[in-house]
Amino acid sequence: MSTHLSVPKTYKLFVGGAFPRSESGRVYEVTTPKGGFLANAAQASRKDARDAVVAARAAVSGWAGATAYNRGQVLYRVAEVLEGRRAQFEEEIAAQQGVSGAVARAQVDEAIDLWVWYAGWADKFAQVAGNANPVAGPYFNISVPEPTGVVAVVAPQQSALLGLVATVAPALVAGNTVVVVASEAHPLSAITLGEVLATSDLPKGVVNVLTGSPAEIAPWLASHDDVNALDLTGAGELEWIDLEIAAAQTLKRVLRPLAGADAVAPSLSRITALTETKTVWHPKSLL
Amino acid sequence: MTIDNAVSPAQRALAVLGDDVTESALKRYLEGLPGVDATGLEQRAAALGTRSIKAASKAWALDRIIELIDLTTLEGADTPGKVRSLVAKALVPDATDGSTPRVAAVCVYGDMVPFAVEALGAAHAAGRATEPGDGLVNVAAVATAFPSGRASLAVKLADTADAVAAGADEIDMVIDRGAFLAGRYGTVFDEIVAVKEACRRADGSYAHLKVILETGELNTYDNVRRASWLSILAGGDFIKTSTGKVSPAATLPVTLLMLEVVRDWHRLTGERIGVKPAGGIRSSKDAIKYLVTVAETVGEEWLQPHLFRFGASSLLNDVLLQRQKLRSGHYSGADYVTID
Repeated sequence: MSTHLSVPKTYKLFVGGAFPRSESGRVYEVTTPKGGFLANAAQASRKDARDAVVAARAAVSGWAGATAYNRGQVLYRVAEVLEGRRAQFEEEIAAQQGVSGAVARAQVDEAIDLWVWYAGWADKFAQVAGNANPVAGPYFNISVPEPTGVVAVVAPQQSALLGLVATVAPALVAGNTVVVVASEAHPLSAITLGEVLATSDLPKGVVNVLTGSPAEIAPWLASHDDVNALDLTGAGELEWIDLEIAAAQTLKRVLRPLAGADAVAPSLSRITALTETKTVWHPKSLL
Repeated sequence: MTIDNAVSPAQRALAVLGDDVTESALKRYLEGLPGVDATGLEQRAAALGTRSIKAASKAWALDRIIELIDLTTLEGADTPGKVRSLVAKALVPDATDGSTPRVAAVCVYGDMVPFAVEALGAAHAAGRATEPGDGLVNVAAVATAFPSGRASLAVKLADTADAVAAGADEIDMVIDRGAFLAGRYGTVFDEIVAVKEACRRADGSYAHLKVILETGELNTYDNVRRASWLSILAGGDFIKTSTGKVSPAATLPVTLLMLEVVRDWHRLTGERIGVKPAGGIRSSKDAIKYLVTVAETVGEEWLQPHLFRFGASSLLNDVLLQRQKLRSGHYSGADYVTID
């Protein structure tokens, strides 16, 4: 007979490359759909959101300044580490969402495939979204997509891992940094993803994961002057029009809520929606 | 071997040590000071850092922090233009909010004093006593071969006199840490007395003298206590923790210790000495801990620009962000304050 006692894990936040508890000291119970206890997760407060934005802002210059090729390599690396952790993800998804092992496995497969799909775009999307514009004069006129900066994301609430990957990965491709509010009911996979990100060459602060109530945290992120874009994909159940109004005060880019398969479909427009077009005029040499 | 040189007479030292103001008497006095209980000091400082500050007190504290700041630029790359923009920020810290108070002083290298004086214009305190809210800003100059202090006395005195002549209201001098650590207290004492004399203006008044101990190089709390007493005995108006060029710079325990010396001096003589922590204080949260420490050690009457200052540059922006948050109800960002 085994004498091993199970060691339950404390699921904490992922901010600035570290795993702090909420500054508020709050936790909430994560349960199976039938109400069985799974774990305690940190319930982030507005101050945790503030700290996460500070961490994300500090990471912008490094991540946006890295070469597109380098960003792609780091994102591929994330997919490799995800692959190595698939058993843990499958187990957590099955427990949180109350689905069979096969359904959980399919979600992990789809999430990893989606991550790889986005990783591939890192050094390619600028060729598609950018352009050499014809102008009437001796100039090269070039438009290129530039990252917007700090992106606050409300992740889709229904899926534990896939929705998170579908919103975080496209934001990273262009060089944005992310503060993501995970699914309130299924936050465990988000923190495990944080552990993957922490061990796969992603600079600290590029992704920050908050768990807790999106209704509580999202308004602080929407009104935050130092957040540049707001992805409300998973905010359909919230008062998201108010969030959009708050975001308008600082002219943030806003992605509106999506539901079902649309929320997790691979899409180039998700990458370009979080970029700004920079156009430069360059004189042609006088030969 | 006993060294028995007479050190320069200074009124405070005469009052405390009696007529026998010699190096050996000074040494006996300073080394006779009780040792510092390091654990107790650090615990006390940590406890002072945990006080809960309510929103109304915080609003007051943020404004008072701004009024206590010596806005500082001490870089080799400083230019007249950089100093002018520093002064502009000192006069109007937050252009989006006219109710923002002005800082206490701008702190620059000696050769930049004329540019700071010119840029301040009518807002220059120019030796007048200042109060919070009167809109006057002092010019502080670092002198005496800042930050190392490694120059001959003649050079240090010329450095000081030059800054005072250019219009500096306050002189931040560094002590000779090498001499202090070697136990040559008399040398350090004489130098402070001489620099104090060099702070005399043509009309007979004195520029305020802040004595930088550079606690990061003094190694022990006992040394910090001795250096604080030494600086006060020699005539310093302010004792300042650090240059900001050495790590660790200001820490809460060291500042608490210096405040305790100031408190003891006040009990002994009724005279009020100022304290200036400098370097490494970057967040409003840290600065509020210092305010609490001052209020609970020497009393709230010390929270005045002539008795307490912060030597800082990036602190001001963080305080402005916190003020904007209190005013607007949502978080602000670095895009809404000036780049230093």
